[in-house]
Amino acid sequence: MRNTHDTKLIFDLSKPGRRAARLPACDVPERDLAELLPAAALADAPPALPEVPDPQVIRHLVNLSTLTMSVDTNFYPLGSCTMKYNPKRNERAAAMPGFADVHPYQSDATIQGMLEVLYNMQESLQEISGLPACSLQPAAGAHGELTALLVAAAYFRDIDEPRTKVLCPDNAHGTNPASAAMAGFDAITLKTTADGYVDLDDLDAKLDESVAVLMITNPSTLGLFEPNMREIADRVHAKGGLIYLDGANMNAILGITRPGDFGADMQHYNPHKTFSGPHGGGGPGAGPICVTDKLAPYLPAPIVRKSGEDYSLDFDMPKSIGRVRAFFGNVGVLLRAYAYIRTHGPDGLKRVSENAVLNANYLLSRVKHILPVPQGNRCMHEFVASGKDLKRDKDISAMDIAKRLLDFGVHAPTVYFPLTVPEAIMVEPTETESKETLDAFAEILFRITEEDAQTLHDAPHTTAVSRPDEVRAARQPVLVHAE
Amino acid sequence: MVKPEELLYAKTHEWISVAEEGGDKVATLGISAFAVEALTDLVYIDLPAVGRQVEAEQPFCEVESVKAVSDIYSPVAGEVIAVNETLPDNLEILGEDPYEQGWIAKIKITDEAGLGELLDHAAYEKLCSEEAH
Repeated sequence: MRNTHDTKLIFDLSKPGRRAARLPACDVPERDLAELLPAAALADAPPALPEVPDPQVIRHLVNLSTLTMSVDTNFYPLGSCTMKYNPKRNERAAAMPGFADVHPYQSDATIQGMLEVLYNMQESLQEISGLPACSLQPAAGAHGELTALLVAAAYFRDIDEPRTKVLCPDNAHGTNPASAAMAGFDAITLKTTADGYVDLDDLDAKLDESVAVLMITNPSTLGLFEPNMREIADRVHAKGGLIYLDGANMNAILGITRPGDFGADMQHYNPHKTFSGPHGGGGPGAGPICVTDKLAPYLPAPIVRKSGEDYSLDFDMPKSIGRVRAFFGNVGVLLRAYAYIRTHGPDGLKRVSENAVLNANYLLSRVKHILPVPQGNRCMHEFVASGKDLKRDKDISAMDIAKRLLDFGVHAPTVYFPLTVPEAIMVEPTETESKETLDAFAEILFRITEEDAQTLHDAPHTTAVSRPDEVRAARQPVLVHAE
Repeated sequence: MVKPEELLYAKTHEWISVAEEGGDKVATLGISAFAVEALTDLVYIDLPAVGRQVEAEQPFCEVESVKAVSDIYSPVAGEVIAVNETLPDNLEILGEDPYEQGWIAKIKITDEAGLGELLDHAAYEKLCSEEAH
């Protein structure tokens, strides 16, 4: 059934002279390129593009698309990444000509509709976060982290407080310490307790006037709401520091609580995890940030303002850290998220979070007897189970389970993150999955854990490519397909 | 033959042994078997340059596995006088013989204050069993 011919590399399918389209003869006098361009701008030979007819291009790409999984084809409980379903109406909304065909160099007067939507998006994100100022510019979540930390650095420079440290719990996303280092801070690791919460004694030991920011993910990467959040924020604020909320898990608390209300001074959103937007594939993404009033002057310029019924771009921000992205950010991604926010409305967004939490807790209760959850029997939108006992008793690793799930038509959960849980299996079903899908997933998991270890070590058996040798791939990468 | 029971350990999972070499105190340093197992399959080690000055309890070397990149810390301040050049191309040594063939660096100690913070083998074993919770 699998078409192995048309899924060869497109360069291997190429034959000289084959074309998808033939252009008519030129009806104006042709001139030699050498007359028009300086010699340094001319290539010695044409680029080696594949020469393939139209039907073969289509067959190639359509067949390739069937060799992988997507949330449109398979259950995809990839914890942390929140592979939630993207309603197709949001794609159509973002593709409307009034949005898709405008140019960022048009005058404000000719793009009032676009500016209105972006203004409303700023307002919506502020309302959801409980923080009064917003920048839509950052191009991804981690870029939002970096931007917010640059805003914090500008704030501390401006008030003449030289602070050098950023605290991150040991179960933070790796992007947190990386962003801190990129922004010029020293990233200091905070311990978490066996329950998965911030260790308050370790916080006190490391917290002083040199700490600029504590970055916290709440709900955390373990799918737990930090019970001491207010206390942590109060202690950091008492020393003059700021709280950064990694908003990766906002999909668990929409309309239920707000970071601005539990002590955050700034946060980013991952619109594709919380609302709607393209997942993976390297983007494009968006990572809008919201901050308190005292940090607002340092946000990247421009920001969309409303005056009467007119919308305009405000560049008059003398304390701004400057641009972090061309024009207004990745507007197409923001439009999808805006369409999602408006189609759900306040009550609908709250139901999204309630169902995300309900689904995760239901699945946790179905699988915990074979995959125990060290941090307890309740969770928010995701949970981190441990395959430690299976590894010890049956020689089945988290990776074996992940790979074998592919044979059953289920995308693997995230494994081996966070690093604080041995043989971690991080499951996030998202809010749109039915009880039947969750039950089917639990049944598949039981079946897999009853299989013999060798079958699992050799899995997956049914995919186009079986298990790659990750060590060899990292140590002796082959970077060309043929000599 | 190096016995793990006779080494000292840092809370960050390095082992260390101290010996006199030509009138200087020299620390030989590696990472524990527990650390190697927790890191899983190793793919890369970034050795420090010989001659580099290291500070106590600061990272001076990196090891990368298929899971993550981890820092290696020096418990003492001093100067790197030798590194195990065979490791980068033979990372399996770290798993097979972490306490002898798998040594990572030798550091001429200039400030041994950090030595007092180190754990003996029994205390380190206890730490590992707690971390494996």
